[in-house]
Amino acid sequence: MTRDEAKNDRDDMLIDGPDYQNPNPNLISDGFNASYLKVYYSKLFPYSDMFKWMSYGNDGKHPGCDSSYFGRRELSFTLDNDIYLRFQSFKTASELESAVKEKCPFKIDIGPVYSVDPSKRHAYAQTGDNVFKPVERELIFDIDMTDYDDIRYCCSGADVCRDCWPLMTAAIKIIDIALRDDFGFNHILWVFSGRRGVHCWVCDAKARRLTNEQRAAIAEYFHVYKGNENSQKKVSLGGPGLHPFLVRSYTEVLKKFFEETYLSSQMLLSSEERYEKVLEMIPDESITSELRGKWQDNRRSSKEDTNVFRWGQLKHVLQSGKQKGQGLRKCVEEIVFSYTYPRLDSEVTKHMNHLLKAPFCVHPKTGRVCVPIDPNNCEDFDPTNVPTLSQLLEELNRESLGEDVETDLERTSLGKSIALFRSSFLQPLLKSCKEELEDSYNKKLQQSKDSLTW
Amino acid sequence: MEIVRSQRKISAGDVAVISTFPLYRTPPVLEVRLDDFELFAIDRLRVLKGISDGLSRGKKPDEIERLVNDLWKSHIRHPQASESETINKDIISHFVLRLVYCRTEELRKWFLSMETTLFRYRFKLEGFESQRAILAEFNLPYKAVSNAEYKSVEEKLTQVARSLGQSVTRSDDIFYKVPFEEVPELVAGRKVYVHKGHAYVAMNQVVSLVVTQFRSNLSKALILTNRKWTSMISDKEKNRLTPIVEALSTSYLGPDYSEAKGFGEISLKDLDRVANSSFPLCMRHLFDKLKEDHHLKHGGRMQLGLFLKGVGLPLDDALTFWKSEFSKKVGPDKFDKEYAYGIRHNYGKEGKRVDYTPYSCQKIITSAPGVGDHHGCPYRHFSEDNLRAALNKMGVSSRAMSDVMDKVRNKHFQLACTLTFEAIHGSSCDAGINHPNQYFSDSQKILQSKVLLNNPSA
Ligand SMILES: [Zn+2]
Repeated sequence: MTRDEAKNDRDDMLIDGPDYQNPNPNLISDGFNASYLKVYYSKLFPYSDMFKWMSYGNDGKHPGCDSSYFGRRELSFTLDNDIYLRFQSFKTASELESAVKEKCPFKIDIGPVYSVDPSKRHAYAQTGDNVFKPVERELIFDIDMTDYDDIRYCCSGADVCRDCWPLMTAAIKIIDIALRDDFGFNHILWVFSGRRGVHCWVCDAKARRLTNEQRAAIAEYFHVYKGNENSQKKVSLGGPGLHPFLVRSYTEVLKKFFEETYLSSQMLLSSEERYEKVLEMIPDESITSELRGKWQDNRRSSKEDTNVFRWGQLKHVLQSGKQKGQGLRKCVEEIVFSYTYPRLDSEVTKHMNHLLKAPFCVHPKTGRVCVPIDPNNCEDFDPTNVPTLSQLLEELNRESLGEDVETDLERTSLGKSIALFRSSFLQPLLKSCKEELEDSYNKKLQQSKDSLTW
Repeated sequence: MEIVRSQRKISAGDVAVISTFPLYRTPPVLEVRLDDFELFAIDRLRVLKGISDGLSRGKKPDEIERLVNDLWKSHIRHPQASESETINKDIISHFVLRLVYCRTEELRKWFLSMETTLFRYRFKLEGFESQRAILAEFNLPYKAVSNAEYKSVEEKLTQVARSLGQSVTRSDDIFYKVPFEEVPELVAGRKVYVHKGHAYVAMNQVVSLVVTQFRSNLSKALILTNRKWTSMISDKEKNRLTPIVEALSTSYLGPDYSEAKGFGEISLKDLDRVANSSFPLCMRHLFDKLKEDHHLKHGGRMQLGLFLKGVGLPLDDALTFWKSEFSKKVGPDKFDKEYAYGIRHNYGKEGKRVDYTPYSCQKIITSAPGVGDHHGCPYRHFSEDNLRAALNKMGVSSRAMSDVMDKVRNKHFQLACTLTFEAIHGSSCDAGINHPNQYFSDSQKILQSKVLLNNPSA
């Protein structure tokens, strides 16, 4: 495994953990089990939706279709015995289906579309001219809760709860709005990573064709963190004003989220240990000691939340007329950004050939399905309420196995997720793929006509 | 040949300076003398290598700007040359280097990056009118934002300008609306307002737009040149040009170290000592491997053998040294038959040819060691773990190690070597390491001065 792949894998490293070394079929927990996974792959996994998505309209009868398109896509399988199969490729949905059913991968990753069929890459390796290279890839984002460990107090590491999950909700809102309003993308899929984060797939044709440099530019556009674990300030907004993207992120999402939710739910200013972390971000001793003086004395007005009250004091001191420095006034924004602004794993975004876990995989540690998240209603998404493998199989059993896979699916709680995938993502995507296909075909036709008349 | 001629006014005075700015779209049609072919190319190479050194030493944009200006003046635009001579030299040298640097992905990447940097800073040195003329010459399909549209985004443009610490924009400022993909560096730095897939690029930012275009044109041209250069040039020409082109692509423009200077000879008995104190990691590794395995493959024999010649190991000592090692593995007879010739050859009198001069860092870094090979540049070719272990063995502290690894991760291999040198010798090496023999001689200079300090009477 290369370093990139290993990194990509970190969310799921536990695949190799002791739980799955010797899966014992008699010991079925409510989490995950290889034989349950087999049933999931035979009854529930939406092969044809996945195939339609990644074909981008090229599976039709239209003369402009590129029938090799899906077959040039790299998929990779992680099997239960720690075997990692890269460069798998399939020509049709049914080829994909039989391979998945046969190998029963614990994880399926999606890679780029290459110039040639990735399973035949060795045949091209000798030609020397680098024929085998990635040509298309969705623009992807990976946001992982572990990157927020220094600013959440409810959980750490792999755990998430309803108190910290709203960080993901804020991230989805900010990135989603920017992808649409700033970059003009329309076909965006948000997916729960199965445990403690979210993945984003931007699937517009022009997003798929971005170069690594352009991907890096977008990743940087979203990046506000400077410094590292050992530097005090995590966010430096610099300059006398904020860029319109940051202004919008702050006024439309972060300010409200921080002041009305996160401040209180994490009790950021209640205890000395926690408020000292906030004070560290203020580079003015007289101000911090003034606030410290007010806060050390633990008396407080009974009605109001201590955190909200103290935040008001902090803002007042920093923004009052006494403080001339722009830098100090920006401290308020910097604190809010530090605690709530999305933290992206930008390496994932920057490289075309980075693999990312496929939607509708089942996370081997939690047993939860990687279901789509509706960005317009992302506040309602509850990671602790996502269908698990065992729950789905129970539902199947309860309803007595039907004759039709499609109705099986609809009967389970996965049905809603598939419906959302189709209505909010797949159908609009395929509609514009069809239009683009016809457009470019007609243009080509026109060109050849033009040359004929000469 | 397409050349933009434009007038550029120096703001302080009224002196009109004619500036010329080729976009290198078509190869020169004029005849090129073979001497010029090589000389012009070497001069341009000096400019590009100068830029490369500057960049890898982390120079800031304004420093690079000055550097580019100086390099250009001293190597391309000679004061006594006429304007048209300078343009010819500019264009010819560019196209010769295209032939040289089109041949592998790695060479293309380096050339593309350096030529683009050169172009960027030359463009910035042009005046406003000249810049507009060049922009027009690229024939980009972008129009300036209309007044009505400007009004609709004025607030956002003002926010951007303020965030960059610039004075607030005025309605007569020119903005171009371009797909954001065309100006990645402006997007990355949040230096433009981005809306619905378009970036609003201010006139003082068009350099990014032009540079993107320049790079993309040149990138395509290089691939085309690589594919076509065999058909572009007649066979007769090819025979004459190929050796020059090949020599240029690995050429190193500093002193060639084919003869040891300043330290006299190093004899066999000193070899272990100086290997320990003054060999750069690449040579130390080969030296250790030779002692361990009593064998080195061809690439390793060349890299170490020529280095030892440059260090001042006489031919007889070299033969004794290689024989004593190889004999343990292949026996003295086989050594005499198969390997001694190569050693003598390295010391041959025709030693002026590129092949017989000690390898430069550039050449070592771009070499491609295969299975069983130990040559190459450890900073580039070792895994991180192996490199750490090797540096540890050389006595690099863990603090210095993290700086070295940092350079390695950013692919600044020569800088990594320079930092290693500085860590081991406890003194700075401002010129940077460009050649293993330079590493050796700089190291010896420092060690000998230390000896003098400790024994003033000596
Ligand atoms: Zn939590």
